[in-house]
Amino acid sequence: MTTRKPYIRSMQGWWLKNTFYKKYMIREATSIFAAIYALILLEGLMALASGAAAWNDWLVSMRSPVAVIFHLLALAAAIYHTITWFAVSPKVAPNIIIGKQKVPAVAITALQYAIAAILYLTLLWVALSI
Amino acid sequence: MKRSNEPIFWSLFGAGGVVVAFILPMLIFITGIAVPLGILPHEVMEFERIRDFADAWQGKLFIFAVISLTLWHSAHRIFLSLHDLGIHWGRGFFRWLCYGFAGFCTLLTVYLLMHI
Repeated sequence: MTTRKPYIRSMQGWWLKNTFYKKYMIREATSIFAAIYALILLEGLMALASGAAAWNDWLVSMRSPVAVIFHLLALAAAIYHTITWFAVSPKVAPNIIIGKQKVPAVAITALQYAIAAILYLTLLWVALSI
Repeated sequence: MKRSNEPIFWSLFGAGGVVVAFILPMLIFITGIAVPLGILPHEVMEFERIRDFADAWQGKLFIFAVISLTLWHSAHRIFLSLHDLGIHWGRGFFRWLCYGFAGFCTLLTVYLLMHI
């Protein structure tokens, strides 16, 4: 029996070949930052459940330079995710028809930015209403 | 034909994507940057205040949605990215690892919220 060794083109680093692929991989990578942030919040929730001392320890850990740098990166990742999410959702959502006209994709994207702006401000307002 | 479970995971991914887009940028800014650096007063994240917030059902719902749905979103993307990175072995194992981890953290979040 002969063993054939067919040539298989390597796919190593395929996504580095053009900007479109790179942007796609950056978009996918933003989910790693989101996951770590969610785990930091989960850690905070555990501290909250244990009591005031544990909660204050968690707050101190949030002030460390590593934590702040991570959150700056996570913020950038979340904004990148948001931009791509709002751009893609008109293509994923079913067609919305008002009157006899299909609502254009730009209008749906713009509407999402408007809703997001209201939600961000609401969140900030809730945080500050002491 | 065996029914696919993909729509369930895709729905969780989609819901998580909405949470990350509409909530996370501001939430990361408040909890991870503004309060730690003193841009916003530290009272914003004082123990009693956050405990009272997590005590009300609206607060519980918010915390649950942010932690759980974000993790489901990420688990789905990370799992599918393995293919893009050329990792084709252990698909079943990685599926369990990614979704299992999100599921475990969801249960842990529910447990903690019930004990606050």
